[in-house]
Amino acid sequence: MENRRTVRRWFWVWAFEKEEDWLNEMAMNGWVLENVGFCTYHFVRCEPGEYSIRLEMHPYDEAYLSFMRDTGAEYVGRVMMWIYFRKKAADGPFDLFSDIDSRISHLDKIGKMLSAVGGINLAIGAVNSLSGNAVGAVNLLCATLLMYGLGRIHGKKEALEKERMLHE
Amino acid sequence: MAESFALTEATYYILLSLVKPRHGYGIMQLTEELSGGRVHLAAGTLYGALNALCAKDWILQLPSADDSRRKEYRLTEKGLQVLRLEVTRLRELADNGERILGEA
Repeated sequence: MENRRTVRRWFWVWAFEKEEDWLNEMAMNGWVLENVGFCTYHFVRCEPGEYSIRLEMHPYDEAYLSFMRDTGAEYVGRVMMWIYFRKKAADGPFDLFSDIDSRISHLDKIGKMLSAVGGINLAIGAVNSLSGNAVGAVNLLCATLLMYGLGRIHGKKEALEKERMLHE
Repeated sequence: MAESFALTEATYYILLSLVKPRHGYGIMQLTEELSGGRVHLAAGTLYGALNALCAKDWILQLPSADDSRRKEYRLTEKGLQVLRLEVTRLRELADNGERILGEA
């Protein structure tokens, strides 16, 4: 029986929870994330349910990784600004955020990144389109998509903010 | 401090944990213990809060004594003052609750 497998799969940035759910489902089925690359997930056999997986957008920060290690989480890998962690279920529940404020600030980080990349695409797209370059349309399409993502992130944030009015 | 504001549960327990020097994992453990397992501080939340509290000068990072990677933190004078005010505020909330519910 194979002990390792690689799966190629694409997730939109704003669907990071879906990605996390899928990785946890894989772990429930006995495949735990071992390494990660762009749209590429490397799994290794584990006991079903042995691990929990979490992912987070966080700028590269050695101090953070060592902090996480101290709390029993294992750094799996990173793709651009996304970090993947796993933790043995036997070592207790694993989440990265335990209150509404920190969930909101995580969404804020994602939102800022989307607006920055979206803004750049919009600017380049506008310049290219005005100068008659066909590539401009691609940039404008990217910008539209990123703005859609921004809207999705904003929606999640608003829901949390509404909740925060009553409790933390 | 003229204005009064409420600390979040996470902030309250972090400050309370840091009356004595502790590292991150120690804060998580003490918080769970003090709250009887009710309040759980997730690592990402705790890390963000520690940085924010350092920036506010309510806690400080202690220079590591040995070659240990684990960073320890402790309350500052300012942090202690904030914590004392919060305990007074919480007592008012609890006292009022008990008094009014006692009459009901």
